[in-house]
Amino acid sequence: MISVLLLFAPVIAALFVPFLANRLRGIHTGWFVLAVPVLLFIYYLGFLPQVKDGGVHIGELAWIPSYGITLTSYIDGLSLLFSLLITGIGSLVVLYSIFYLDKEKERLGNFYVYLLMFMTAMLGVVQSDNMIALYGFWELTSISSFLLIGYWYTRDKSRFGALKSMLITVFGGLMMLGGFVLLYIMGGTFSVRELVSMAPELAEHSLFTWALVLLLLGAFTKSAQFPFYIWLPDAMEAPTPVSAYLHSATMVKAGLYLVARFTPIFAASEIWVWLVTSIGVLTLFWGSFFAVKQTDLKGILAFSTVSQLGLIMSLLGAAAAAFHVDGAAETMFKYAGFAAIFHLVNHAAFKGSLFMIAGIVDHETGTRDIRKLGGLMALMPVTFTIALVGSLSMAGLPPFGGFLSKELFLTGMLSLGELDLFAPASWGTVLLVVAWIASVFTFIYSFYFVLRTFTGKHKPDLLPKSAHEAPAGMLVSPAVLGLIVVAIFFVPNFIGDWIVKPAVAAVQPFMYNSPADVDVHVAAWHGHVTPELMMTIGIVIAGLVLYWLLPKWQGLYRAFPEYLTLNKFYDSSMYFAESGMNRLSRSYMDGQIRSYLIYMFSGIVIIVLGSMIAKDAFQVSFEGTAPIGPAEVGLLLVLVASVVTTLVARKRLTAIIALGAAGYVVALLFVTFKAPDLALTQLVIETVSVALYLLAFYHLPKMSRHDEKRKFRVGNALIAAAVGLMMALLAMSSASQKALPSISQYYKDTVYSEAGGGNIVNVILVDYRGFDTLFEIAVLSIAAIGILGLIRLRLTRKGDSGEKQ
Amino acid sequence: MEILMSVIIGFLFMAAVYLLLSRSLLRVIIGTGLLSHGAHLLILTMGGFEGSAPPVLADGVTDFVDPLPQALILTAIVISFGVTALFLVMAYRAYQELETDNMTLLKGNDEHD
Repeated sequence: MISVLLLFAPVIAALFVPFLANRLRGIHTGWFVLAVPVLLFIYYLGFLPQVKDGGVHIGELAWIPSYGITLTSYIDGLSLLFSLLITGIGSLVVLYSIFYLDKEKERLGNFYVYLLMFMTAMLGVVQSDNMIALYGFWELTSISSFLLIGYWYTRDKSRFGALKSMLITVFGGLMMLGGFVLLYIMGGTFSVRELVSMAPELAEHSLFTWALVLLLLGAFTKSAQFPFYIWLPDAMEAPTPVSAYLHSATMVKAGLYLVARFTPIFAASEIWVWLVTSIGVLTLFWGSFFAVKQTDLKGILAFSTVSQLGLIMSLLGAAAAAFHVDGAAETMFKYAGFAAIFHLVNHAAFKGSLFMIAGIVDHETGTRDIRKLGGLMALMPVTFTIALVGSLSMAGLPPFGGFLSKELFLTGMLSLGELDLFAPASWGTVLLVVAWIASVFTFIYSFYFVLRTFTGKHKPDLLPKSAHEAPAGMLVSPAVLGLIVVAIFFVPNFIGDWIVKPAVAAVQPFMYNSPADVDVHVAAWHGHVTPELMMTIGIVIAGLVLYWLLPKWQGLYRAFPEYLTLNKFYDSSMYFAESGMNRLSRSYMDGQIRSYLIYMFSGIVIIVLGSMIAKDAFQVSFEGTAPIGPAEVGLLLVLVASVVTTLVARKRLTAIIALGAAGYVVALLFVTFKAPDLALTQLVIETVSVALYLLAFYHLPKMSRHDEKRKFRVGNALIAAAVGLMMALLAMSSASQKALPSISQYYKDTVYSEAGGGNIVNVILVDYRGFDTLFEIAVLSIAAIGILGLIRLRLTRKGDSGEKQ
Repeated sequence: MEILMSVIIGFLFMAAVYLLLSRSLLRVIIGTGLLSHGAHLLILTMGGFEGSAPPVLADGVTDFVDPLPQALILTAIVISFGVTALFLVMAYRAYQELETDNMTLLKGNDEHD
């Protein structure tokens, strides 16, 4: 219960942010906000001992019990890992933002409200056990990401990037919701835990593959996998703290979380294994290859993030593959799941620090264009050191955490080569080769990022500001992350035991019963030369050579035609969607009331007649009908005659009088049908109406057909005849079959005892249905005010405006 | 009687719709008038014509006609009067301002978008 409420702590704190930002302008709002993630981080640390032993914490708060929708905070190894990442990195990012965002110039209130909103959303995503709540939080992360990317909303690029990310991730979110609904149909519950427990039955269901694909669409769009990655580079328009937080450490990992969380359910499917692994490896390669093309520091990091997300995704695929191997926990298949989670932690640390470095460089030099940068090593030694640590870790070199996870990654990919499942066996080898090439490019862009910025020739005249070291406060956060990167290398098994293994046990319950069963020991040196080490050495050599030759082959990127890129495809589909939809709606929304009436009438006719035919509802029965008297026949003849007169009248006076006649006949019909009140009312109203018509008559134009063509009239007549036919059939059917008895017996019985009146109709109006009558009076008053307004109000005076002349 | 009334109701609706679709503003308004007559009779017919006495309590009378449709129609008559009055004034003002009652010309312009 407490843990559920704490999910909302950031949002509740956000309520006070605007107040703090406006009233206490002297103190940077960030200092107040900082308390929220720090306290939550400490709170979640408290769960570590319990979760390490395989325990889970469940807090529940009923939301819509009748639909089985609850707000749950389910803290197992996987959610705890993510919760710690969200609050831990969140604290560092908030601290960093205090120095990054100027308290005088920026609208801090907005920034921190969005950021806190995101924090709640993200915590909700990783802790919700209920899929509907998960979906809600999921979309909230998209919305807060949209707001944060568009934080500098006066910039075109910010708005473009914000919209792009929103469209793509919300599309994925909707697909995911579809997957959730299918899972609900299959399993009858929204709870992920319960679905996991019935995984074997679900795998037999015919909807299983559909749910799988829809769910993966959600994960792939969120985690920027090929071909949906295109939103992430454009999201770099956000302030750098946001990029470090949402677009590298947390939000983009929501897709990975989703895949990891649902692995126990979907691992049984070969499609899942190969789709996740192949898309992951493809994204890994694609991102790393195009990272070298970028000239914007954050652009390089964005593509690098895409690539690293692909890496983790492929490992999750390989982790699912272990399901299909007998005794996987004893073989090399056990490494993939561990590697995925381990690298996820590593990546959050080094990529977070690198984004902050990019922000510092931008802040202190005024540009992020790598062509203008260079030689900053001497000017910004601390920044350079941290950047070097992050980059070498990213490149997979010792003595940094990235080296260990890269080794484990290669082990995971090697294990795929051994897998004989569904696809030809060589497919695993192809993936291994692509993964190796991608690692070479990872090496290249890591060096490209750090060396082009900090070494080489300093070009002070190209920089908008004169470069100098960043203030100490700004360096704290990246330095902490850098230290973590180094620490992971030296005590990997400490991290492994406390954080990674509980998460692995949650992802691969089909292999492990408790975190203690995860028999993976990480070591930098295995005592002999392993294939992984050989591959790493190959990566370093190839990477160094290619980096050396970079100026010779970087031009190749320009050979790739612009019009074939996915971005171009996005742009043109957006353009066609906008102009095409506009044209489509204009083609039928032509401003003519007649057209709209025709659409409505045809719609009604089709729906009513269609359902009458489909349900076989049409019936005519003369049984029990009232006899037809001569008086009624006479009245009806007069009615028909007067209606015909209104139709054919050439003069408006004739038409009005005919309408009046029809009204009086209806009043007389009411008399014959024993409705005295109606008859009286109708007589009064008709008299007033005719008077009104005649009053307006003086001001109204002569009746004219306005050259209605024959075709026009025939069309109208057809629609009119169809509506008339429909109404006649409807009236006949409803008069001929009484499905339910009238409810008026109650009124007849109680009118005197309850309401003390004798005229039942009147009593219904003023007593039983008194509110109806009250609102009827309100409608009349509104009409009266409207009429008064129309007559009195003169927005344009005749002669005043030039158009009228 | 019910069947005959149904035919009449259909006829009323047909005439009303035909008038609604025409180009003259006055004919459109007359159409709405006929439409409400049709609707009122439809409600009455749907309730059926059973019963031999008006729905007013009197000694020894138990065979009332159904009062509920009548209550509904009573409200509808008054509302339709309000609508007709508003339409008429609107037509009058529109004609004054725009100097036409041709529905085809009264479709606004495309400038605003």
